[in-house]
Amino acid sequence: MSWLSLIFGEKKSTASVAKERLQLIIARERAGQSGPDFLPDLQKDLVAVISKYVQVNPEDIKVGLEKQGNYEVIEVNIVLPDTARPA
Amino acid sequence: MSTIVTVTSGKGGVGKTTTSASIATGFALRGFKTAVIDFDVGLRNLDLIMGCERRVVYDFVNVIQGDANLSQALIKDKHTENLYVLPASQTRDKDALTEEGVEAVLKELQHQGFEYIVCDSPAGIEHGAIMALTFADEAIIVTNPEVSSVRDSDRILGILQSKSRRAIEGREPVKEHLLVTRYSPKRAHEGEMLTYTDIQELLRIPLLGVTPESEAVLHASNQGVPAILQKDTPVAEAYLDAVARFLGETRPLRFVEYEKPGLIKRLFGGK
Repeated sequence: MSWLSLIFGEKKSTASVAKERLQLIIARERAGQSGPDFLPDLQKDLVAVISKYVQVNPEDIKVGLEKQGNYEVIEVNIVLPDTARPA
Repeated sequence: MSTIVTVTSGKGGVGKTTTSASIATGFALRGFKTAVIDFDVGLRNLDLIMGCERRVVYDFVNVIQGDANLSQALIKDKHTENLYVLPASQTRDKDALTEEGVEAVLKELQHQGFEYIVCDSPAGIEHGAIMALTFADEAIIVTNPEVSSVRDSDRILGILQSKSRRAIEGREPVKEHLLVTRYSPKRAHEGEMLTYTDIQELLRIPLLGVTPESEAVLHASNQGVPAILQKDTPVAEAYLDAVARFLGETRPLRFVEYEKPGLIKRLFGGK
């Protein structure tokens, strides 16, 4: 950190870039490792229930686990086809 | 009662063996009967770091396979009282380290009155590394202030929390300690290196200590003397502090703040 960089504006330090990258990758890898085993089953059941009412592709239902602070949030994302209609 | 302490990291070259040798020596200096075991079958190095390479006759695998008994394989350390080294084998294949075999050796060490058993893990997440952490009561995660080391430490923490006996049997989890090694206060201060607080925030385990990057470590390994015995060097002091904290004492962190060189030092040089 020289006076030059003080005048011309500081570039982000490489250490802070490292920290940000690690925060992201570690969070993602932890989620991958410790994801509960019931997620695939939950997805299957959801597909079955929703198919009773609407025709959906199994791939259009996504179930994921996210960490938000101290909470774990199960996120369910269902894409309904344009022509969704009661089955 | 004995405590099994595993020194691990995932990544290689971060200072696991240096740390195992120093921490084990530290326990022995405090009067605890201590054994340090090299789990790096095929690539043993603890014997060199401890300076007992010429006294290896039998090794860990010999004991597991019943070719020698434990007392024949244990090497009494020549620097420190109460300390014994169990070297890894140099030639045989890794599968020789069976879970039952490792467990039997650890039990026998407990039986012989060892109070601390330090397991020096190999790098990676293969069989040898898993065996080294399976029976851990406490674990020291050795991490360098560098992205790949931090990531690998996080991986190994995940494995510790799923594959250790304590985890599998649902007992109280393995007690985790973070040891940051090869730290440069100056580079951290200048934003070129992750700080120890960054690393602790990322890994979220209690900090056992920070050892500085130091020429003394190479001098120590050159001579086959554990770094903790390099009298009056910052790295030895930092290891002594870490051992004290491990045993429950409170010690302030040292050698982590960068002190700007004064004007005179800047004018006349110096480090």
